[in-house]
Amino acid sequence: MDSLSTGSLSGVQKEELMDQVKQQIAIANAQELLTKMSEKCFKKCINKPGTSLDNSEQKCIAMCMDRYMDAWNLVSRTYSSRIQRERNNM
Amino acid sequence: MSDLSDYSPTKGADSELQDFLLAEKQKAQFHAQIHEFNDFCWDKCVDKPGAKLDSRTETCITNCVERFIDVSLLITNRFAQMLEKGGGMH
Repeated sequence: MDSLSTGSLSGVQKEELMDQVKQQIAIANAQELLTKMSEKCFKKCINKPGTSLDNSEQKCIAMCMDRYMDAWNLVSRTYSSRIQRERNNM
Repeated sequence: MSDLSDYSPTKGADSELQDFLLAEKQKAQFHAQIHEFNDFCWDKCVDKPGAKLDSRTETCITNCVERFIDVSLLITNRFAQMLEKGGGMH
């Protein structure tokens, strides 16, 4: 793309561009979450890496992933309501 | 999310795209902040991931996010005062 001279984009092209941007952001978000989860749950569940992931380790990882998502959603809710409160105080 | 429903054809193409990108940027920053809080508060609050987040952990995570924001605000304000007094950085 040559700079952001978008005046000549048709409506359809513009919608495609917006969809692409949204998709890229969603992918980046998912990747961030995956990286964090792997790192955090490896730390919590694998004490001594053995020759394979044993059953209890796999169970721990599964549970850890679910709890990480729970925590993520809780943080999201807490942060949103804080932003809301700060806005009301302004 | 408002999506494309509030598209107004009177606005120029560029300003519509700019609004869209600004909104997406803000959403991305919001998400990045949640990732950061969750990273930090997970380490502080979660011991062994169990079958669900217990209420103690939930309280810890909520407090962790709130206090972290308090600290950022406090430091920002105090830093601003420091700059006003002309002290600190030279």
